[in-house]
Amino acid sequence: MSIALYRIDDRLIHGQVVVGWGKPLNVGFIVLVDDTVWASPWEQDLYRMGVPPEIEVVFASTAEAAARLPEWERDPRVGILLAGDIETLAALSTNSHRVSRINVGGIHHRPGRSERLRYVYLSDAEAAKLKELAAQGVAVTAQDVPTAAPVPLKEFT
Amino acid sequence: MSDPLRGVIVTHAAVAQALLAAVAAITGVSDALVPVSNDGCDSGALTERLMRAIGGRPAVLFVDLPGGSCLTTSVRLAKGATDVAVVTGVNLAMLLDFVFHRELAPADAARRAADAGSKAIRTPAA
Repeated sequence: MSIALYRIDDRLIHGQVVVGWGKPLNVGFIVLVDDTVWASPWEQDLYRMGVPPEIEVVFASTAEAAARLPEWERDPRVGILLAGDIETLAALSTNSHRVSRINVGGIHHRPGRSERLRYVYLSDAEAAKLKELAAQGVAVTAQDVPTAAPVPLKEFT
Repeated sequence: MSDPLRGVIVTHAAVAQALLAAVAAITGVSDALVPVSNDGCDSGALTERLMRAIGGRPAVLFVDLPGGSCLTTSVRLAKGATDVAVVTGVNLAMLLDFVFHRELAPADAARRAADAGSKAIRTPAA
């Protein structure tokens, strides 16, 4: 399988993804699943700026991602699939039945959320959604950078 | 006469605070720059921090990396604004130049600072 990381991170493409994970994994492509960015060439240019030319960036809508996931999994290069929220990756998991593990990499404070880890803030509904994914067989852990230990779901929900 | 430009240093962790302290130590100027860290922020929270730092004045945003959340948030904020410009790859040399040229228009000050910062990157013979 060539998607090495299915990550939820509300900062989308940023240093932890490109450098922190991208370097040790020797990533060849990043799939950004985000309906807003997918609809905006200007936003896409903005996110491409932070990625070295040897790494391809693919922008996909939530619906498109489910259809193209088998293609990305067959890719001989190592890839990272990124979504900005739990809902998007949960939809991808439900629609594709191909997501076996999820890395919670960064969900930050907003009204209605409480701190679960330094880099993970969740509402009760979001925590319940992650537990629902786990009950469906998806391995959910939190880990901001690869040098940190993954935190099991039960420790932050 | 209009207000002098404000410089906002936008970085990961505490780089911005450290650069601000270095500029003040070297120049004695302590009111030209405002540090902003992206620690604990999604783009909405970082936008709020940047808005507070800019304070409605003409400004140049000095961003650490040419990509990532500091840049994407800064560029989104500056999009369509004529009085906010963005420079990436912030270093001490560009900030030292900036604090003495705050009478320029934001875009001109940004270009000047980028030039000063670039010229400071060298590989001197040992």
